[in-house]
Amino acid sequence: MNTSIHTENLTRKFGEFVAVDRVNISVGSGEIFGFLGPNGAGKTTVIRMLCGLLKPTAGKATVAGFDVYTQSELIKQNIGYMSQKFSLYDDLSVGENFEFYAGVYGLGAGEIAEKRREILGRFGLEAYGSAVTRDLPLGFKQRLALGCAVLHEPRILFLDEPTSGVDPKARREFWKTIHDTAAGGTTVFVTTHYMEEAEYCHRVSIIDGGVIVALDTPGRLKESHGKESVQDVFVDIVGSD
Amino acid sequence: MNAIEITDFRKEYGTTVAVRGISLSVREGELFGLIGPDGSGKTTTMRAVCTLLVPDAGTILVQGLDTSRDVMRIRAVLGYMPQRFSLYQDLSVEQNLRFFADLFRVPPAERLEREEQLYRFSRLSEFKKRKAAALSGGMKQKLALSCALVHTPRVLVLDEPTTGVDPVSRREFWDILRSIQKQGTTILVSTAYLDEADRCDRVALMYRGRVVVSGAPSSVREGFSYPLYRLKGKDVRALQAQFAAAAETRTTQLFGDALHVVFNVEPSESRWAEWRATSAGNLETWGRQPPSIEDVFMDLMSTQDEGAPGAAPAGARS
Repeated sequence: MNTSIHTENLTRKFGEFVAVDRVNISVGSGEIFGFLGPNGAGKTTVIRMLCGLLKPTAGKATVAGFDVYTQSELIKQNIGYMSQKFSLYDDLSVGENFEFYAGVYGLGAGEIAEKRREILGRFGLEAYGSAVTRDLPLGFKQRLALGCAVLHEPRILFLDEPTSGVDPKARREFWKTIHDTAAGGTTVFVTTHYMEEAEYCHRVSIIDGGVIVALDTPGRLKESHGKESVQDVFVDIVGSD
Repeated sequence: MNAIEITDFRKEYGTTVAVRGISLSVREGELFGLIGPDGSGKTTTMRAVCTLLVPDAGTILVQGLDTSRDVMRIRAVLGYMPQRFSLYQDLSVEQNLRFFADLFRVPPAERLEREEQLYRFSRLSEFKKRKAAALSGGMKQKLALSCALVHTPRVLVLDEPTTGVDPVSRREFWDILRSIQKQGTTILVSTAYLDEADRCDRVALMYRGRVVVSGAPSSVREGFSYPLYRLKGKDVRALQAQFAAAAETRTTQLFGDALHVVFNVEPSESRWAEWRATSAGNLETWGRQPPSIEDVFMDLMSTQDEGAPGAAPAGARS
């Protein structure tokens, strides 16, 4: 398995405050890597560094083989990003939002039409092409935002709490889409506060106070902590301070 | 007298019917949960309870006062935290909390203890001097919670307060809600985390503007009469495909590393043996298990969808 994301002692300070402290992770291509941790643990700071949006204070990191210090533009061309505050235009239709993003990513007219058919179909949105985005249920908006994040076929997809506030049924549908995307070879780096979703990842890490405190498959984490669920492992590790 | 009495409440937005005539009672001192998918009418119902929108039909009473007439008297006894709570971004954590304490006239004698309690739960004490704009998403949510709780209102309405909050902080938050309830406050709360439903005295499941089921979490679970099995195997997604196609199956749902299958009838031993053989070693363990609120919710939603031709989600236009 090729390495998609690799960090060595990745560190970021804000003044005296160490937000991310010597983080070592290695994520293979096509892997779904869950990045868990309490609010304020440093998750978003790590993602911003890996996306080339924030320079590390110390340590190394490569994403899709590119260096985060010197090749951030190349990184941006090879990744997709979606957060809980996904940016869709509420007053545009589903199709118009999609075409807007396709234009931003530099797709040609013929390519846009083809991609639109393919992605709206894959994400179960084909019947909603002319629906105004504002009127869509949150779960549908989330799938559209994901569709817009993958239309340029990124090798790595960063999802920062993509299912926050979405109901259990829509969340399961969203995760099916994530699995399909990863099965196509895309690496998925995802944060969530829904611990049962951590069980859908190939491997998960837990970051607390900027430090990685656990990293393994969900099965081995549960086994080594003698717990029935990742939720219990998380509370065991993070709740003990 | 009930703290909140909703009778035949109906609300439409243009051609979309948000709430289709629901009736609910929240008892004095109760912790009542509203559960349902996005667009099911939870927020509309909560906003009407808070006098922020007028019913198209039906009545809502809060502490015996009518939300269409006694607006100011209701607002004096009510606390509301909407999904998007507005904090003052250029004020510090401490200043935001004091602003809301001033606004809601929290007596100086109670203020310190209250603030300390809220800092303990939110773990924000070391960030007292930080501006709200510089807080992480989760910390902002916790500060907003603290501001809504600062005056210990008689009736507290919270619209998905724990969305985006980590599991440890969520537990702490529910402990705080319990302590507020012990002081006599009635709480109406909505949530997207169904494990939180079990922390409520009673819950109502809303779907497409209707209350589908309501009652104590235990009675909602016990009212679910279909046999539910928890299955484990090497590849649960393949298991799901296999069991979704079985004739006895009512619904299937992934639950982390396990698959939950609800059957219409209890499967026989020989059927299990058959399924195990068909799975070619994938099906490893199975066992009957009592349903959780999430099981009941998922089953009700899936079967209601089947009954609706076209099953377009509420609000979608095509």
